[in-house]
Amino acid sequence: MAEAGLAVGTPRSRRNWLSTIARQRELSLLGIMFVLGGLVSLAAPQFLTVANLTNVAIPASIIAVAAVGQAVVIITRNVDLSVEAIIGLVAYAVARSLELHALDATGAIVFGILLGLVLGMVNGTIVTVFKVPAIVATLGTLSIFRGIDYLVAGPHQVPVAALPPGFVEASVSTVAGIPLFVLIAVVIVAIGTVLLRWTRFGRQIYAVGSNPEAAAILGIPSRLVVFVAFSVCGLLAGVAGVMWVSEYGTINGTTATGAVLAIVAAVVVGGVAIFGGSGTLAGAALGALFLGFIANALILVGLSQFWLQAIYGAVILLAVSADAVLSRRLLRATAEQRTR
Amino acid sequence: MSAATSSATGMGRWTRLLARWETLLFVALLGLIVLGNALSPFFLTPGNFSNLIAALMEVAIMALPMTLIIIIGEIDLSVESMAGLASAVLGFLWAAGVPMEVGIPAVLVLGAMGGLLNGVLIGRGGLPSLVVTLGTLALFRGFALIVLGPRGISDFPPGFTEIGFGTVPGTLIPWPFVIFAVLAVILGIVLHRTWVGRQIYAIGKNTGAARFSGVRVTRIRVSLFVLSGLIAALAGIILTSRLSSARADAGEGMTLTVVTVVLLGGVNIFGGSGTIPGVVLAVLVVAVMQNALRLASVSVEVQSIALGLLLILSVVTPTFAHQAKSAVDRVRGGRPPPGDSVLQGEASIT
Repeated sequence: MAEAGLAVGTPRSRRNWLSTIARQRELSLLGIMFVLGGLVSLAAPQFLTVANLTNVAIPASIIAVAAVGQAVVIITRNVDLSVEAIIGLVAYAVARSLELHALDATGAIVFGILLGLVLGMVNGTIVTVFKVPAIVATLGTLSIFRGIDYLVAGPHQVPVAALPPGFVEASVSTVAGIPLFVLIAVVIVAIGTVLLRWTRFGRQIYAVGSNPEAAAILGIPSRLVVFVAFSVCGLLAGVAGVMWVSEYGTINGTTATGAVLAIVAAVVVGGVAIFGGSGTLAGAALGALFLGFIANALILVGLSQFWLQAIYGAVILLAVSADAVLSRRLLRATAEQRTR
Repeated sequence: MSAATSSATGMGRWTRLLARWETLLFVALLGLIVLGNALSPFFLTPGNFSNLIAALMEVAIMALPMTLIIIIGEIDLSVESMAGLASAVLGFLWAAGVPMEVGIPAVLVLGAMGGLLNGVLIGRGGLPSLVVTLGTLALFRGFALIVLGPRGISDFPPGFTEIGFGTVPGTLIPWPFVIFAVLAVILGIVLHRTWVGRQIYAIGKNTGAARFSGVRVTRIRVSLFVLSGLIAALAGIILTSRLSSARADAGEGMTLTVVTVVLLGGVNIFGGSGTIPGVVLAVLVVAVMQNALRLASVSVEVQSIALGLLLILSVVTPTFAHQAKSAVDRVRGGRPPPGDSVLQGEASIT
């Protein structure tokens, strides 16, 4: 096989070049971000300052945490449209319990994360036990969780002043010069990556997404794997919800409405295949950073915030199209090489 | 195999008719009407019925092409944003002095073009409809925001607001219901009585087999998405007219109701089966349910929870009914369980 590849030469090198781009989405994203950063800083010199980059990185790390959870679900060939409602409900529950002094800061954080986990387990149960396709199940729970959020919150809004001072400052605090939130995102990506790559259960998550039938025949407990994926997604949405309270402070029943588009866009841009079975958590997190970068550049260049939604949409479409074109070329190149 | 088991249990024609999803929906509809009548004396008045129908017509109209799209095994999440974009562009054109006779056709063309974008990416590009239409859900809403920003346009001419708000002269039948009824009849005939309809079912049952049998899969896929975009734009126009206001956030959250209505109507989320009469019945069920909840002064928040539950239940119930039925068949006929489990497949391979 190797000899055949050497003999042909051209198609092989073409294939390598293509496969590098296709497989190293993280690198190409970083490359695009560097070029973009350079261009934007020509128009707005303050773009590449430490202060501004910190401004970009902190909200992006909240989306990144949620995107890592979404990536795990998408790798199993499912999707969770309810994450934004989980983030919103957790954020309100945490903010409200802090306002009422029902819980101290640590208690509220644990409560928020556990609430996220429970909501994720509800999704997992509906998908695996009741066998409702993920898209329908999570479209339904999106409405249910948001309805509960509205119901509990009513017209009430928790103001920043009602939160304990240390809680709000957490979002701007740094550890050894690195913002705490960025560190949280990096740690979550690192732990998640180790679990996905080097544990049996992690490999099973990829196996279920890449070929559910084959995974079942191999004796992989697909339903358990999918259940755990949804639970992890809920848990991380809970973490993101707690971070949301700390970052934005003012929380009401509509908090995080529409965030699912940014989260799914981050995952798709990060190179996680929507057909399941491939992609990395680091890619999803970088995707979130990339979107944050664009949002910030937009403001600095002077375009209105109204462009943001359209750009998220365009980015999703471009990323899936690019994926399809690259993987098709890759397949063709491989096929050509095999026939020679 | 299923035919054999059902004849073994002696299911007659009547039992089969009773077991049909549409019959269940009809019974549910009657039950809800009785319930609504008990809740409020105004429920059964023609005026109330006219209102409850009018309030759901944008959703009902968008549910018709969505039915065909789900039958071929795809989904279109972007309809609510297309309705919003149509509303925003119509308002923008009117505010810029473009007459309605030009504005409305222009918006309909825009809807068809948006649908074409979805259709080409999905049908020609082979991309999954879930992600593509999630992308255009954001894209179309973003365009609506860019076009209109946060402002609302509301000084529409009286003739235009008649479309969404008026009724057929001499009756209480709202005009949007007439539009819905006409579209339902046309699409019902196309789906259930023509070769195009047979091809739509064929694609949903087995795309590969349909393609090998000469069905132009790509052409039908693209056409259905174009139709969906066009009708979503129409729904946006009706919505603008009914509320006599054009806003960039018009129609937000409607996709959920549209998908709920279609699945409640008995359309299989995996494609291949479903009927237009079922979806029409589901529209009535949801309209009556929302109205009864409102009369019982149940808050909008609880209604949103109820809708989410209804969506999930409308998928869970048929699955469980099927499992219960095969369990009953097993007990009665003493047959081995049907070979639908993976374990069965494994056994035959090894």
